[in-house]
Amino acid sequence: MSLTASDAAPQTAPAGKARGYWANVGRRLIRDKIAVACGIILLLIVLAAVFAPWLHLADPYQGSMIRRLKPIGTANYPLGSDELGRDMLARLIYGGRLSLFIGVLPVIFAFMIGTSLGLVAGYVGGKVNTAIMRTIDVFYAFPSVLLAIAISGALGAGITNSIVSLTVVFVPQITRVAESVTTSVRNMDFVEAARASGAGAFTIMRVHMLGNVLGPIFVYATGLISVSMILAAGLSFLGLGTKPPEPEWGLMLNTLRTAIYVNPWVAALPGVMIFAVSICFNLLSDSMRSAMDIRN
Amino acid sequence: MSKAVSAIAEVEKFEPIEDIGGAAQPLLHVNGLTKHFPVRGTGLFGGAKTVRAVDDVSFSIAKGETLGIVGESGCGKSTTARLLMHLMPTTAGEIIFDARQVGRELSLRELRRGMQMVFQDSYASLNPRLTIEESIAFGPKVHGMSDASARALARELLGKVGLRPENFAHRYPHEVSGGQRQRVNIARALALSPRLVILDESVSALDKSVEAQVLNLLADLKREFGLTYLFISHDLNVVRYISDRVLVMYLGEVVELGPVDDVWDQPAHPYTRALLAAMPSSDPDRRTEVPPITGDPPNPIDPPAGCRFHPRCPFAEALCSQAKPKLSPIGDSGHQAACFMAIPGSGHSRAP
Amino acid sequence: MLAYIARRIVYVVPIVLSVALVCFMLVHITPGDPLVAVLPADASQELAAQLRAAYGFDRPLPVQFGLWLWKALHGDLGTSIATGRPVLAEVMRAVSNTVTLAIAAAIIGFSFGLLFGLIAGYFRDTWIDKMATGIAIAGVSVPHYWLGMVLVIVFSVQLNWLPAVGAGPGGSGQWAWDWAHIRFLILPAITTSVIPMGIVTRTVRALTGDILSQDFVEALRAKGLRETGVFGHVIKNAAPTALAVMGLQLGYMLGGSILVETVFSWPGSGLLLNSAIFQRDLPLLQGTILVLALFFVLLNLSVDIAQALIDPRIKRA
Repeated sequence: MSLTASDAAPQTAPAGKARGYWANVGRRLIRDKIAVACGIILLLIVLAAVFAPWLHLADPYQGSMIRRLKPIGTANYPLGSDELGRDMLARLIYGGRLSLFIGVLPVIFAFMIGTSLGLVAGYVGGKVNTAIMRTIDVFYAFPSVLLAIAISGALGAGITNSIVSLTVVFVPQITRVAESVTTSVRNMDFVEAARASGAGAFTIMRVHMLGNVLGPIFVYATGLISVSMILAAGLSFLGLGTKPPEPEWGLMLNTLRTAIYVNPWVAALPGVMIFAVSICFNLLSDSMRSAMDIRN
Repeated sequence: MSKAVSAIAEVEKFEPIEDIGGAAQPLLHVNGLTKHFPVRGTGLFGGAKTVRAVDDVSFSIAKGETLGIVGESGCGKSTTARLLMHLMPTTAGEIIFDARQVGRELSLRELRRGMQMVFQDSYASLNPRLTIEESIAFGPKVHGMSDASARALARELLGKVGLRPENFAHRYPHEVSGGQRQRVNIARALALSPRLVILDESVSALDKSVEAQVLNLLADLKREFGLTYLFISHDLNVVRYISDRVLVMYLGEVVELGPVDDVWDQPAHPYTRALLAAMPSSDPDRRTEVPPITGDPPNPIDPPAGCRFHPRCPFAEALCSQAKPKLSPIGDSGHQAACFMAIPGSGHSRAP
Repeated sequence: MLAYIARRIVYVVPIVLSVALVCFMLVHITPGDPLVAVLPADASQELAAQLRAAYGFDRPLPVQFGLWLWKALHGDLGTSIATGRPVLAEVMRAVSNTVTLAIAAAIIGFSFGLLFGLIAGYFRDTWIDKMATGIAIAGVSVPHYWLGMVLVIVFSVQLNWLPAVGAGPGGSGQWAWDWAHIRFLILPAITTSVIPMGIVTRTVRALTGDILSQDFVEALRAKGLRETGVFGHVIKNAAPTALAVMGLQLGYMLGGSILVETVFSWPGSGLLLNSAIFQRDLPLLQGTILVLALFFVLLNLSVDIAQALIDPRIKRA
């Protein structure tokens, strides 16, 4: 066989500035109108909840027996009043504090625990993998709502118990995702190449695995916040979360249930908040997933 | 102070690991290399079985030569490469790198300075989250080089493999072409100043024209750095072009080994003959009309007894299914084959 | 194939045992004395000890688990502390109502999910796709208990078309498939169906899109197959995965009905669980969760087997 003469001239790359991976992902997210809209809505809800005391709102705990269940648009009650005559706007904004806290925290805890378990199971493999994943399988034998309610119901009502039970529900799900992503990355040639260069397990994990594994797990966890918000508020709705008179969207929905015959649309308002937060996290998670898919 | 000056004047590099045995000592000697994978049997109580991926493989590579390994897919070529790199544990066998046995006199860490590998899939073998420069600099940093020196070395090596560092250093793998990525992988392998480079189907996935360029690059680099290659491929033309000696594998075993011209001109094993006959030829007079080999390769889970090739061999006799032929010399050029037809007095009707 | 099914069935045994263990432990993570619900506040020490012995709470935990499991295997899940009736009978009665609800919801959710998913996947990146995807995302993001309230507000309070709560006229416990009863089923079933509808839409859309982008579809069109025929191939290829997802969703509907049943006072297993929690009726709590989890495990098993039967690729996985 014959070969062409060695190409002496060095090759050049196509023009265009090379960008970092995350810079690229960020740029694509900012171009995504839905992602930006969701981000702004979530930011507004979070900021309003955090800075609620400085927003000159009515006292969310101060009721009035004569101003109960005012409709939306009443003077001094822009979003009406609840069954004890408390200002709905103030309660919805203050309610964000607890609702977001009990909705987001379990996912953060589960992300930390599940990612660690999944990384270990996926990277070490063998018997360790079997031990971790078979234990996880047991939790998969329960529908997640049932498991959350069973644990929460057994532990009794309360914010801590609600967070604990939801964390237990989400850890197996994140562990499974983390394990499968880790296993697939671990078997890629670049990890073999890193081992071939003599790097230790810890270095490979830090330099080559984490960057490739954390993204997909993070996206998954962001989508889980949506489920977590619904379930956390759902536990409160059942009376397993926080207690009155705390403003919390799920609990507000519960206490306003009896008011649907008097002033139905005010009664539905807390659900709108849960819906908004949940759908925004879902859409954001979808947008991140497609922004992180760099091959297209 | 002097280090900083020298970093400007000249790029810091690793010295290749010491040459111990001199020219007469093979760079790599492999003895009885074996890898069995346990696999789960089918059926509810189908007990564990073993895949004999690599079975009692022995060979050596002289300093400065290129040894080609050929064989059908699944014959154990790539497993052999991974075993040599110690990317998976061996079942049995010893690997001696320049008179030092790996795991005894030579630590794994040192071995990885002495021996590097280029994989087939140029994309999968580069971390998509690292720039090209970072990928090349990773190995030197693992072995204690400072970040700045490692990056300088990476840029120098990019130049050596024909990629302008100012253009490529900060790019990501998905931003360059397949041939360019494979050049990056070669640079990455060279960053530790290895003496032996294993090329596992490294040019197989490239377009023919790009493949030729990369092969020429490999030849240039070999000369410049005094490298030794172990070149694994299923493409016989490429193996013939680049190799000094060739090793033919069939179902995890060595069936023939020898200088590339001897093996091409006088193949001694019927499997080698079949492989060569199956090569497409541009010469109409040498066109193959009869399929030289029939049947699928048998399952390595349950390899046939005796000579593993006998079920597909046109010359198989009773003897072939009973005893296993040893790798035996043919002439004195170092040409060897594991076939009763090449062993004088073996009992085969065609034996000399 | 048979070997695969046998292996899958054998694998269920440790899962069932672990599920039983989790259910058993639920009672023991409960703070306070498990007898608190039955003991009078002024009970004497002897009475407490007697009751503890009667319920077996004085034995070591592994022994208690063994005894409980042995009884459970014989269909004895204990007696409800609140009603004094056998737990199994209470649970099975409630589960039958939940199954009614889940099947109605599955019919609604799966048909719309399949429809939207196929259309969205077939007309990918058109406005039809965007609309179907939007509905799907809304379906999985909506707090369904709130959706239930909104439906009650619209159809019961404002329009007065359908009843707001209960499972039949006059609070009768007996279900029947007549209009008098089905009227009560419509709103809870729609509410329950939105999540599976969203998930099935997303799954089927992705499946359809993937299949249509494969080379063999090009080949089918190239050989002159009409689009209806291509569609047949899409359905055939998407069926195993879609079926698995739907099976799992049916399981989630059975086990996760507590919120919807609470909103509509639907007398199913979820409502039973709710009252067990708030009356601290631990045997009932334990029994309900065990039965629901076992249903779920069995459903998963049958989905796996059905999938293996229709998908030729899963023969020796």
